[in-house]
Amino acid sequence: MSEIIASIGFLQQGPFSIPRWEAVFSNIDVLWAGALVTLLVASLGLAMALALGTVIGVMSASHWKLPRALARAYVEFYQNTPLLIQVFMLFNAIPLVFPGLFIPVIVIGIFGVGMYHGAYIAEVVRAGIQSIGRGQLEAALSQGFTYVTAMRYIIIPQAMRIVLPPLTNQAVNLIKNTSVIAIIAGGDLMYAGDSFAGRYGHYGPTYVIVGLGYFLMCFPLAVLTRRLEERTRAA
Amino acid sequence: MIKLVGVNKHFGLHHVLKDINLEVPMGQKLVVIGPSGSGKSTLIRCINMLERPSSGHVIVDAVDLMAHRAPVAKVRQSVAMVFQSFNLYPHKTVLENVTLAPIVVCGVSKEEATTSALKYLERVGLREKADQYPAQLSGGQQQRVAIARALNMHPKVMLFDEPTSALDPEMIQEVLDVIIDLAQSGITMIVVTHEMGFAQEAADRVIFLDEGSIIEDGTPQHFFTNPQHDRTKLFLSKILR
Repeated sequence: MSEIIASIGFLQQGPFSIPRWEAVFSNIDVLWAGALVTLLVASLGLAMALALGTVIGVMSASHWKLPRALARAYVEFYQNTPLLIQVFMLFNAIPLVFPGLFIPVIVIGIFGVGMYHGAYIAEVVRAGIQSIGRGQLEAALSQGFTYVTAMRYIIIPQAMRIVLPPLTNQAVNLIKNTSVIAIIAGGDLMYAGDSFAGRYGHYGPTYVIVGLGYFLMCFPLAVLTRRLEERTRAA
Repeated sequence: MIKLVGVNKHFGLHHVLKDINLEVPMGQKLVVIGPSGSGKSTLIRCINMLERPSSGHVIVDAVDLMAHRAPVAKVRQSVAMVFQSFNLYPHKTVLENVTLAPIVVCGVSKEEATTSALKYLERVGLREKADQYPAQLSGGQQQRVAIARALNMHPKVMLFDEPTSALDPEMIQEVLDVIIDLAQSGITMIVVTHEMGFAQEAADRVIFLDEGSIIEDGTPQHFFTNPQHDRTKLFLSKILR
């Protein structure tokens, strides 16, 4: 066994050598801590993105001009600039505008991914609402529902079933995108891995394990997405 | 009960309704007939403001719905509509379809709404389907549920917009029977339809619409035996062949 291992060159030296793997596993606590931060930022970011996305999605599907214009402006701004720059700006520009205001990096991370994915979720919600036939709104209005109560009781519950698969897909993307807070020393899994690996040059095994960590967080959601898609198709 | 005064409707360059004047007294059963594209659906949809006329007045129950800040939603509660494509709420059971608006819009208690819903479902012959979803019903059954849903608002007026046009031929009669049964109650009804037999049996007034104008207005007997306008005669000769 040991002879076989000894004959495998890349385990003896180079970026994936055995001592490097051993060093990473003996410091795995650092990565655990990072993974917990990532989970925290992802779950709170997702909650924020869902809330924002629903409100803005409903606004951009509405027949009122001003809310629709505001929603469009928001979506276009966030969809057409890189998340990396948005997070950088949140981190660096807020102290300039509000001197002395201290915002923890984790909070900036939550707002960063929350606002960015809020824009994408808004588009998913808008498309979902617009996919519900006009007859549904007319039936509700003809019964005396207002536009708002028709949305709440008739249109949005139906749209939710349709948008669930693309929403879980957004959750997967959001988890992966939390890794951008590494550039502002976010303490997340990407940052923890990066700073640990950089100290000793253990990039190879660290990135394998960090990547695996993201996979384990995202894969169950990806499976859920596919299940929901099948259910939607069956219905 | 319902009064249209000088109603015009334009869709872009299309002049769909041309200076419509129409008064429907309480309890009248009015049938609206006309070739497709004549504006009859637009006319009935103007009565509950699903289409807003370009000009004129729509007065329902003494309220001018064209007035600024008119209580349109409030008036719609007493003007029920049955659509060509049923438009039941697919995510709700039959019973929920019939009780939702009374509970949410009118503030009726759930028990009261359910009791009257079951009564109306009984009347349209579908009480045993109360817990099913619309997708599990045939087209004719869905339309009867839609009628029960309309009735459970206890409306003063019922609008029917081609209620049997989307149905398979063998299901048309079951829906017409329900509407004819309703016509014998005191409710005001306006029905857009191509069913001439229904018009003869249930209407006490028929209007004929052509290119956005009412060109014939009278009793069914007058309409079918002694139409005044050549256009009406041509239409009848085609449809009654």
